[in-house]
Amino acid sequence: MKQGQFEQLYQPLWHVMEREIIELEKPDGRLKGNELASFASRYRRLCHFHALAKDRHYSSHLVDKLGDLVVRGHQQLYRRKQPFMQQFTSFIVAGFPRLVREQQRYIWWATALLYVPGLLMFLAILWQPDLVYTVTAPEQVSSFESMYDPENRTLGSARESDTNVEMFGFYISNNISVAFRTFASGILFGVGSIFFLVYNGLLMGAVAGHLTNAEFTQTFFTFVVGHGSFELTAICIAGAAGLKLGYALLAPGNLTRKESLRRAGVIAIKLVYGVIIMLVIAAFIEAFWSSNNILMPWQKYLVGGFLWAVVIGYLVFSGRGLRGERGQG
Amino acid sequence: MLLDTRQSLETPEGALLPLTPAGFGVRVLAQLLDVLIRYGIVIVIFIVLSLLGKMGTGIALILAFLLEWFYPVYFEVSRQGRTPGKKWMGIRVVNDDGTPITFGPSLLRNLLRFVDFLPMLYLTGIIASLCNRQFKRLGDLAAGTMVIYEAPPAREPSFEVRGQLPVPADFSTDEQRALLAFAERSKYLSAERQSELATILLPVIGSKDPVIAIKQMANTMVGKQ
Repeated sequence: MKQGQFEQLYQPLWHVMEREIIELEKPDGRLKGNELASFASRYRRLCHFHALAKDRHYSSHLVDKLGDLVVRGHQQLYRRKQPFMQQFTSFIVAGFPRLVREQQRYIWWATALLYVPGLLMFLAILWQPDLVYTVTAPEQVSSFESMYDPENRTLGSARESDTNVEMFGFYISNNISVAFRTFASGILFGVGSIFFLVYNGLLMGAVAGHLTNAEFTQTFFTFVVGHGSFELTAICIAGAAGLKLGYALLAPGNLTRKESLRRAGVIAIKLVYGVIIMLVIAAFIEAFWSSNNILMPWQKYLVGGFLWAVVIGYLVFSGRGLRGERGQG
Repeated sequence: MLLDTRQSLETPEGALLPLTPAGFGVRVLAQLLDVLIRYGIVIVIFIVLSLLGKMGTGIALILAFLLEWFYPVYFEVSRQGRTPGKKWMGIRVVNDDGTPITFGPSLLRNLLRFVDFLPMLYLTGIIASLCNRQFKRLGDLAAGTMVIYEAPPAREPSFEVRGQLPVPADFSTDEQRALLAFAERSKYLSAERQSELATILLPVIGSKDPVIAIKQMANTMVGKQ
């Protein structure tokens, strides 16, 4: 068959194809009904024409034009579009806690890396108060002191709602950025995540120890007990996801390092989804509940304990026994 | 043509997808542009929202945070792998199999941007991208993505010569491409250089003026008079 004949005969098909592909390439373009149903088979015919044109040495112009359509068609046909809301709910209810249980090896390590240095620092400062200056600058220490000084009512009920919103914005941008860095730096063979976990642990222990020495325990612990459940657990999970990346590079097993990293990345990023959600909740509690000083300390401790139970219970029990416990994640 | 970095990917239909990975030079420029756009927006946001007092500051902080981490994710997912900067530089991000990038890989590669930036100015990312053939930075390696050059849009060629001449039947597709490329590039070459190059083909074409002969063959190939 001559090229002219070939073009005349089949051109309508690739014109239709071109129009459909342009439509699909638009940000929210979609095909409907019959066009959608026959897209795949039309695409396969296009591939066939492209191969024929190449094999018969038709002009390179035609071959390249068809080749371009094949590439763009491939991208549209094989792209992954998923219904968002449905996945979102099933991820919250079952997917995320299951994933956390599946990856608990990393979670335990991250938890230990955050709390053990924190606890040691706390005890060390109770014993030697000056040790607080090994991890924080003096100005920072005094700013913490004034923040939690019971004499100081800036933390208290006097705070207005627009200050709450301001602090909410600050917690969101600060805490989630910290979590992202803790996660991302794990790709450096885990070193970065370990550093951020240990450093945050030490800082936490230092502040807690110092404020205990200063006898501001009540203002401090009533403030942190509520949102700590979500925030600290989220940081642990972010660190765990980072450790997973690092471990995949250190000990890739039978895979190449590149493939091992890619597979770990698929799982780790899902953990990060959960971290983001938890930190948004934490920021909300921190801005609108923890800062509220009208309530009695025992009420704060009660609610704080309840929130810890919720977080731990959620991660340990949610999604158990539903179908596919082992299947997905 | 960038023959040396071009990669082919075989699709399930047996077609070969030509992908040309983009190196760090063009990507740095794209990133620079994105950073300028982002900071521009952030400055405007802070100026406008500071009028609303503390509540405005809170909202501005959230927006700035979203812009910092999710600006590239949003555009990569909704614009077929092109942030404004990338679009301007003619590059885009795709999954390793050539399909448009999805949310998970996009978030992962953009979170790891933090590490690629270390210790300064994307040094880690640049070194990583020089160590593999697809110029992947760490974020791309973990997410299974790559940055490629956009295929240039098919343009309407014109070769400044009228008339058609049949292409010799034994020319392979690649040889035809070479003829076409010559005709397309001829506007950037001096007349002397054109005839110097075309004369190489004189024994095969056997025409008085090989330059015009090649351009007429190109006309035949693209179907112009």
